[in-house]
Amino acid sequence: MNSTTPLLELRSITKSFGSVQALDEVDFEVRLGEVMALVGDNGAGKSTLIKCIAGIHGYDSGEILFEGQEVHIHGPKDASRLGIEVVYQDLALCDNLDVVQNMYLGREAHDAFQRLKEPIMEQKTAETLKSLAVTTINSVRQPVATLSGGQRQSVAVAKAVQWNSKLVILDEPTAALGVAQTEQVLALVRRLGEQGLAVVIISHNLHDVFETANRITVLRLGRNVGIFDREKTTPEEVVHAITAGAPTKVSGITPGTATAGAAS
Amino acid sequence: MSTAEAVSPPAAPVDEEPRGFAGLYRRAMDNLKSGNLGVLPIVIGIIFIVVFFSFKATNFFTANNFVNIIIQMAGTAMLAYGVVFVLLLGEIDLSISYVAGIGALTVAELQLPGSGHEINGLLAMLCAIGICAVIGFAQGSIVARVGVPSFVVTLAGYLIWQGVILQRLEQPGSIIIQDRWINYTASYFFSDQAGWLIAALITGLYAVVVIGGVVGKRRAGVAVRSPGLVVAKLVGVGVAAFGTVAICNHAKVPHGLPLAGVLVVIALVVLTFLAKRTTFGRHVYAVGGNAEASRRAGINVPRIRILVFVLSSSMAAVGGIILAANVNSVDLNFGGGTLLLNSIAAAVIGGVSLFGGRGEVRGAFLGALVIATVSNGLNTAGYATGIIYEVTGIILLLAVTLDTIARRLQIRSGR
Repeated sequence: MNSTTPLLELRSITKSFGSVQALDEVDFEVRLGEVMALVGDNGAGKSTLIKCIAGIHGYDSGEILFEGQEVHIHGPKDASRLGIEVVYQDLALCDNLDVVQNMYLGREAHDAFQRLKEPIMEQKTAETLKSLAVTTINSVRQPVATLSGGQRQSVAVAKAVQWNSKLVILDEPTAALGVAQTEQVLALVRRLGEQGLAVVIISHNLHDVFETANRITVLRLGRNVGIFDREKTTPEEVVHAITAGAPTKVSGITPGTATAGAAS
Repeated sequence: MSTAEAVSPPAAPVDEEPRGFAGLYRRAMDNLKSGNLGVLPIVIGIIFIVVFFSFKATNFFTANNFVNIIIQMAGTAMLAYGVVFVLLLGEIDLSISYVAGIGALTVAELQLPGSGHEINGLLAMLCAIGICAVIGFAQGSIVARVGVPSFVVTLAGYLIWQGVILQRLEQPGSIIIQDRWINYTASYFFSDQAGWLIAALITGLYAVVVIGGVVGKRRAGVAVRSPGLVVAKLVGVGVAAFGTVAICNHAKVPHGLPLAGVLVVIALVVLTFLAKRTTFGRHVYAVGGNAEASRRAGINVPRIRILVFVLSSSMAAVGGIILAANVNSVDLNFGGGTLLLNSIAAAVIGGVSLFGGRGEVRGAFLGALVIATVSNGLNTAGYATGIIYEVTGIILLLAVTLDTIARRLQIRSGR
């Protein structure tokens, strides 16, 4: 796999919930070392697309390529085995557990008798937070309930990168944050890209998008309406695509996966 | 990938914790903020209750009565341990009192001389626990896989298992338990020497575990929080163990440390270990705190739910056996009365939240101790049963009110 091959590539992903067509032949890609923004209005299918990648729910048709190989993701474990981690909008942290316990949730270090190895987990957690320059958390043994919104988001992001992940997906990471905390999280997102990870950031907030992203994929009503380079575009152009963009391919006319790559 | 490379050599915890008193204070504040009141309120409550009844009834504060209280709390404590896990999930198990009845009925049936299926008492107890585990598995599966609310499933269980007990015992009215192994669970008392040995063993094992933990942390370069607290805990456990044995050895009738008390402590240790030191326990807390987050983290949530219901039914069987052994029989009314509500109340009084995710096994131990002490004290002081219920109710209300206030504090301080 060379550097121009996308780390993750989605081809013609289609998903419907009953009669609602949530995704209609959507293509998507992200490369290593790049922050790709995924934007669109409410109901554009951003969250659905992410959930397909994360294995939260399946997709009806289309294919997913990871490092150039076709993969099948049937559950969150499949996704994390590939190195895909998602930081959800609702944070997906357990308030009643402390920072270490949340960082290792579902992947606790344990011995043959299922006994937890707390010292190792605590030490690794401290290291990860340090490597991401998350310095505002006093104690990794603090319950998450006592943390501020920005700190919680930092923990959620750190949890995602802890696992030698290659792709980190952030769903509205700044939605509930104040100005200072937003900047803190956006800096963290940029740092992830600089450290060589592939990052996908979903956001309503174009300020956040233009602050962090290298490229921007726009969805509208479950379809692709364009991919923009941040360097070569303006917020106005992106807003226009979000609100009135025309689909880049029309279902039924573009014949399947063979030419799907050309759509971008 | 990058985190692995960017990592500095080990032993650089981000947290520079204040030591000594300041550290303790901050931990306490953190706990309070997250809605954990700890065991302090209940320990104060127990001291208050003991002092109160010592003045009220002349034969309350005696060694004999101390042994009585241990035996009286044993059955309820065992059931309450199971309740803790169910409540941690944010579920409820209303069937435990009659599942305990099924456990008791099973051992009684299997030890019945001349019944043709008479087996060794120890084996009978294992069978009883096994049968109840299957009951728990069935109930848990309906909750976790089908999605029927646990309240309804276990309410149905409450009726069904009560029905089974009534059906079996309608004719004889009761079955006498003669097997000595079964009866030992409530009526075996260790000799003085054996009692001391057990106290030494408990203290020693606890010391090994605690010191082992400290060594492990040191080795990993992780800060050891409040060494003073570690020493205080060690001393506390030692004093409690030897103190209990000393008092039991002072009692005239029954004399010595009761096996029931030792079983309660063993279950406490094993289940605390399960809850706090294993992946299973961690996942129970996680599912109770945020089931969706747990699912997304790859935890098999239905499996955890089912296992918890298996555990709660199994503990109910253990408690049921001890309760039956205490009266040497199983009768028509077994599992009725206040057993169910006392067991749940014990867990709740002990600080286990009904909303899930917060609480500890030792809370059920302390809660069962409170309930047994209050009812014993009121009995000894000559109050009627009505008063006992009223007082237990008031204590329960106080405990839940405290829990709710703690939770509101958490919401205010969090986020």
